[in-house]
Amino acid sequence: MEQKTSIYETIELCLLAGKIMLQSGAETYRVEDTMVRIATAFGLTESHSYVTPTALIFSTSGEQPAKLIRIENRTTDLHKIAEVNAISRRIALGELSAHEAKALLLQSESASFDYNLPMQIFAAALASACFLIMFGGSWPDFLAAFLAGGAGFAASVWLHRIVQVKFFAEFSAALLVGLLALLFIWAGFGYEFDRIAVGSVMPLVPGLLITNAIRDLMAGHLVSGISKGADACLTAFAIGAGIAVALLFFH
Amino acid sequence: MWAHFLTSFFGAAAFVILFNAPKKSLFHCGLVGMLGWVLYVYVRDDIGEAPATLAASLLVGILCQLFAKFYRTPVIIFSVAGIIPLVPGGMAYNAMRRFVENRYDEALQIGAQTLMIAGAIAAGLVLSEVLNQMLRRRPKSIV
Repeated sequence: MEQKTSIYETIELCLLAGKIMLQSGAETYRVEDTMVRIATAFGLTESHSYVTPTALIFSTSGEQPAKLIRIENRTTDLHKIAEVNAISRRIALGELSAHEAKALLLQSESASFDYNLPMQIFAAALASACFLIMFGGSWPDFLAAFLAGGAGFAASVWLHRIVQVKFFAEFSAALLVGLLALLFIWAGFGYEFDRIAVGSVMPLVPGLLITNAIRDLMAGHLVSGISKGADACLTAFAIGAGIAVALLFFH
Repeated sequence: MWAHFLTSFFGAAAFVILFNAPKKSLFHCGLVGMLGWVLYVYVRDDIGEAPATLAASLLVGILCQLFAKFYRTPVIIFSVAGIIPLVPGGMAYNAMRRFVENRYDEALQIGAQTLMIAGAIAAGLVLSEVLNQMLRRRPKSIV
């Protein structure tokens, strides 16, 4: 780096990069690694980062106090992870000044999803129907899972916008999936309730979270691992309860 | 079998759209998802669920490391697609459903199985990472 970058600016940059990655669902080690890499590129060789799913702490051994950032909402956004990763690579190679890097990071932070909502709902519906077949379902149920999965995902997106409680949104979406599956079977449009329900809730199921939780635990990120595991269990419980309540109506 | 090829490809590719994967990697995501799932289905009946999952996630991990190196993108972009079909979401659902129906003994059994499979996926991915690191370090130590 030709021009001197102040320590304060570097810390801000590291925190911004870490925040975007964590909010986009990057692995814990990748977030820590990225922040330390950026810090090293700007001359801060001794830095420590501590990353949990809900907060991020970064400190340098200099005079600057450690800074903390609270992470409110987490989604999975692979595009942002890839972008921030590319930016941090360029920083490490010395291609970007702190100012340019910050502008690029802010730009990628405000970027919206590549796919619009109808496309996402269609993808969720298609995934549900495909999972139905993979889990041993029969082709006559394909359309039922397609419709129920799409509706369930659409409902969960909408509910996440109006209610703050994640548990409730997931519960209601699963309830809707269950009721739709029952309706389809009652109408003679679907045949196996269990398979339709499992396929259709797949877009909601926290499978990735469960795996990431165990991975974090294996890598020694105990706090992240346990909290991700708790998050995943809660979501799985919400979905199971939603389906079970739907079944209660039936009996 | 062809149904498994087809649905796992489209299932994995469609799923990563929900995770906003870059458009140009959708095909590779589908491919990784398909290969992992087909291996899993192929060996599942012979060696059991958890070992089959381990084998499939190891294959997924290795493919992801290769793709990640080739396209210079984070591994997670491909690995998400690869493990989504393997993830015991259906099983977690079954366990939770039994919990809410007060069938606790069955629920605990299925829950333990779910954890085993999730562990197998994670172990496969971590193993592929370890292999990658070992291969990357070897040339350095010789020089």
